[in-house]
Amino acid sequence: MMPAGMLATVQGLVQRDLLLAWRRRADAATTLLFFVIVASLFPLGVGPEPAVLRTIAPGVLWIAALLSCLLSLGRLFSVDYQDGTLEQMILTPQPLTALVLGKIGAHWIVSGLPVVVLSPLIGLQFGLSGDAILILSLSLLLGTPTLSLVGAIGAALTLGIRGSNLLSALLVLPLFMPILIFGAGAVASSESGMGAEGHLSLLGACFILGVTFAPIATAAALRIAVE
Amino acid sequence: MKMDHINWFQWSSPQALYPFAGRLISWVSVLSLLCIAAGLYLGFFVAPTDFQQGDSYRIIFVHVPAAWMSMFLYIVMAGWAALGLGLKTRPSFMMAQAIAPTGALFTFLALFTGAFWGKPTWGSWWVWDARLTSELILLFQYAGVILLHASIDDLRRADRASAVLALVGVVNVPIIYFSVRWWNTLHQGASISMTAAPKMATTMLAAMGIMALGFWLYSAAVALMRVRCIILERERHASWVQTERAS
Repeated sequence: MMPAGMLATVQGLVQRDLLLAWRRRADAATTLLFFVIVASLFPLGVGPEPAVLRTIAPGVLWIAALLSCLLSLGRLFSVDYQDGTLEQMILTPQPLTALVLGKIGAHWIVSGLPVVVLSPLIGLQFGLSGDAILILSLSLLLGTPTLSLVGAIGAALTLGIRGSNLLSALLVLPLFMPILIFGAGAVASSESGMGAEGHLSLLGACFILGVTFAPIATAAALRIAVE
Repeated sequence: MKMDHINWFQWSSPQALYPFAGRLISWVSVLSLLCIAAGLYLGFFVAPTDFQQGDSYRIIFVHVPAAWMSMFLYIVMAGWAALGLGLKTRPSFMMAQAIAPTGALFTFLALFTGAFWGKPTWGSWWVWDARLTSELILLFQYAGVILLHASIDDLRRADRASAVLALVGVVNVPIIYFSVRWWNTLHQGASISMTAAPKMATTMLAAMGIMALGFWLYSAAVALMRVRCIILERERHASWVQTERAS
């Protein structure tokens, strides 16, 4: 159980991050718009064949979600790093892992959740059936928090380095690949009649693994970056 | 000799590691050359032809040891990284940095020879199968560790940041190793199993083992050579390096 002081601090941190995001709505809107635009590029590039679009839709939506997550990762710690808030966070008596988890949670609410909410609409555009859309949204709901968790490690490792966004993408994308495979595979296996439970369970396992270890690695990386 | 008299940190200063590595290199590289030569001879001339795959299977003697080394070296690199983070010993980070390019090389070699084996047996250079994909991810991870180290100017931070990244990537190694068992894929199962009876002739097994030993010795030799260069580069202002260079 979390001690009361820690819980209050984490809660305050999440509220602060959400408030900051709300004050700068354009940032979150950019990420979401990027998701929509990337997804809409595929029908233009591949051609509007409904059967083809239906098969590639899960992969396209997942890749778009992954890229929009990458795009927003740069902001996760950099603002706090520049104005010194991050150092204060490290100096607080609360464990840094808990604070990091709070920040990652806020990041997911701002950049991951809107993508999940919007995904059924894009799914409809790609001509997916109702069942497929449900599985797709479910897989994104399970998978996007893991993207934020894993992405936080890359963001923390590259904090304050020149070209940090690109480097962070290079570091994090290989680690995103299993999540992409399970996430996009869930829809495909449910379409082929095998059921999506296996893939969704694996996504859940990835999430549990991420929620356990990613904050520790992120906290270690932040300490390295700040000292 | 009592255990507590062993000085575990004997070579934990760059100054002590440098000559020790230098002495090891010549032995290790000669042994590795012998092993690789013997393994290649056994594999290409002595081992019998496979009844299904003909002679094309012979690339196994490079492919499988290279694939083993790609995973093994990652674990070793992550081990040095963990040691460095835990004990704050500089040579540990140097060893991790020295191993990374060799690991990447073996990963590339495994993928490359795999393509040459895949063409005659599967009919295509590349398939998006679980093991190939996860091995490709491993290559990207090596690249990430090398790139992250190269991008940070402050060496202390570069060492520790890439160590954290290397440790995070360890998750992938068991996934690669068990991918053929977990997913029913095109890639054939593990060539050698500890529990089941050997599926191949003893000469094949011996050739593969000797090749793996040779690759391991080669990795050790190259990593030690590289660590000597890293030591010289980083300690160039130290007085012992100056005298070393003068002599």
